[in-house]
Amino acid sequence: MDYALLIGIFPQVLLDGILLGFMYALIALGYTMVYGVLEFINFAHSEIFIFGAFVGVEILLSLQSAGWLARLPWVVVLILVILAGMLASGLLAVTVERVAYRPLRTAPRLIPLISAIGVSFFLQDVIRLFESMWRNAFNLVYPTMDVMNIRFELTSTLDVSVRSLVVIVAALLMLWSLHVLVNRTKIGTAIRAVAEDQAAASLMGINVNRIISLTFLIGGAMGGAAGVLFGIQYSLINPYTGFIPGLKAFTAAVLGGIGNIPGAMLGGLVLGLLEAFAASYMSLLTGGAFGAEYKDIFAFSVLILILIFRPKGLLGEVVRGRA
Amino acid sequence: MIRAVAAVAAVALSVTLVDLFPRSILVFLAFQLSLLYVYVTRIPAWLRTGLLGVALLVLMPLIGFRNGYYLEVATQVGIFAALALGLNIVVGLAGLLDLGYVAFFAVGAYSWAIVGSPHANLIFGGGFPLAPGWFYVFLFVGLAVAAITGVLLGLPVMRLRGDYLAIVTLGFGEVIRVLANNLDKPINLTNGPKGITPIGRPPLPFGIPYSEGFYFLVLLIVAVVILVNRRLEDSHIGRAWEAMREDELAAQAMGVPLVRAKLLAFACGASFAGVMGVVFSAKQIFINPESFTFLESIGVLAMVILGGMGSIPGAVVGATVVTVLNLQVLKGFSLWLNELKNAGVTVLGYSLADLPTQLEPAKYERMVFGIILVLMMIFRPQGIFPARRRQRELAHTDKVPTAVVP
Repeated sequence: MDYALLIGIFPQVLLDGILLGFMYALIALGYTMVYGVLEFINFAHSEIFIFGAFVGVEILLSLQSAGWLARLPWVVVLILVILAGMLASGLLAVTVERVAYRPLRTAPRLIPLISAIGVSFFLQDVIRLFESMWRNAFNLVYPTMDVMNIRFELTSTLDVSVRSLVVIVAALLMLWSLHVLVNRTKIGTAIRAVAEDQAAASLMGINVNRIISLTFLIGGAMGGAAGVLFGIQYSLINPYTGFIPGLKAFTAAVLGGIGNIPGAMLGGLVLGLLEAFAASYMSLLTGGAFGAEYKDIFAFSVLILILIFRPKGLLGEVVRGRA
Repeated sequence: MIRAVAAVAAVALSVTLVDLFPRSILVFLAFQLSLLYVYVTRIPAWLRTGLLGVALLVLMPLIGFRNGYYLEVATQVGIFAALALGLNIVVGLAGLLDLGYVAFFAVGAYSWAIVGSPHANLIFGGGFPLAPGWFYVFLFVGLAVAAITGVLLGLPVMRLRGDYLAIVTLGFGEVIRVLANNLDKPINLTNGPKGITPIGRPPLPFGIPYSEGFYFLVLLIVAVVILVNRRLEDSHIGRAWEAMREDELAAQAMGVPLVRAKLLAFACGASFAGVMGVVFSAKQIFINPESFTFLESIGVLAMVILGGMGSIPGAVVGATVVTVLNLQVLKGFSLWLNELKNAGVTVLGYSLADLPTQLEPAKYERMVFGIILVLMMIFRPQGIFPARRRQRELAHTDKVPTAVVP
């Protein structure tokens, strides 16, 4: 076995894992916040995430065709695109909750889940329909901004591109502001109160419906930002791209302890690292018998194992009513 | 009396129409509707059974001679009806939401595909494909393998609550698909994305052509599955499943062995899919992992939901509606749109020829499934043909809210 190679690629794999991890963490926030408040898996979150990516690519493409993309400072473009993605996805999440989940809030718990699966499929094809009509293509490529491709060589085996730094910085900023919002503001207190006990919260004068909408807005916005960052990092998107990352982000949320915001971050990072290492090393360690294609199996096995042996996740928010 | 005459007339008229316009989708839909009418209208049981029997055993194959594609559609409907009935046990009766159901279908399909084609020579060295007669043995092998897979999936997930169970079964379905996609090395078991072909077809008696033969085979299996389902529903274990679906704790307190009941539900549901998988692989001659995606699982789920969870006629009707929507209505719409485009028709001043080429209405299965799932859950969670017990239960949900909504 080529040990020099194994050690040589280590830093790069580590970086890839961290990037992937932040991506999962941002998406996982949407799942975990909604689960924390409603104990409901928002299956359509993967499409809310990819919707952000599509809004981002549409803005970038129109800026490009108007000739503005090269002229505006790249930071302005970046912030504009991320904010637009957040707003669009947040509003979409609120709409979905209003239309497809709220009427089912008192129904047996599998009913809203099935509805969410329906929404997920419906949104995939709505995006496809729209892009087919509008651009006559639904596999879209993010236009490159030249700055993003600049690479800093840290060591002989590791270089970091600006796009990766952007992803990491943006993700850290958002995770931090969400943390402040939930733990240090009045709104955050209300969200936590509703998550704790809806009846008691409403008796304390909290408008539960509004807080639930707000939770979807924030979770959706995080998903939308993740969508734009995903597009910037991996560049190729189509309406069905969101599904697998969504599933893995859910895994990350469960891994960290669903309903628990720091847990989603931790779970995302752990899963991202595991997956990056599995993808790079599995083929090397087994002499090519099992390749990187098995990384999905790896992620799902993590989900199954964690649900069986530690269903409350690494950071252990106790989920009520677990049978 | 009038109803009986109307039922006979409806079937006779629609068959005549199919005979006159063998290429029209609408008249074939009319034929299906006439069968539905025969089923729901109040006529003597012997007449209903007789009419349905004649329609399915005699008229449908005759229609097949006029237009082979309709027989293909009917066969597909049968395959999906069996899948829907299998999933109905797991989701409808036992209340375990299985989102990876198609995995069992895949297991059945691959079990015959590997040994029924020359592919197995790569693994075992020689002597394959098995003689076509083995197909009938493999119907049972497929059943057993799928049932065992069902138990293997069931064992680790027993303790999980409903929504987690759903996600884990989804993951399991994906795992099976990824395995099928990648097990072309180190041992070439599935030939990866290239798929396996040619898969052997069974010998048929009396020189029946294959398309008719598969139709009758599928019909026979569906009949058996329906019979098993009906017997199960009111059996000891069927009652246990329904008790478990309503309230696990209460069921356990009443002496329902939860582990055994859940494993049996998974095994029963899976076994139907396994049998149909064997038939499917022989019918298609070629299979690859693309036939066993998450989309298929959700399609089968949509059939069960549309018809009504826990309802046997519901599952059959759901399977028919969804399959016909996908195979005929969407495709028909696609063709029709293309014809209009080529003819240069304009609608409200907009020339249809300007429609984007990427717009292919036939590809929007997901939208169909999505709309079905959401609308059914919001407006009619008990389905079109609700199971009697389920209907009563869902009628009362608004009186026992589980969460306080101000």
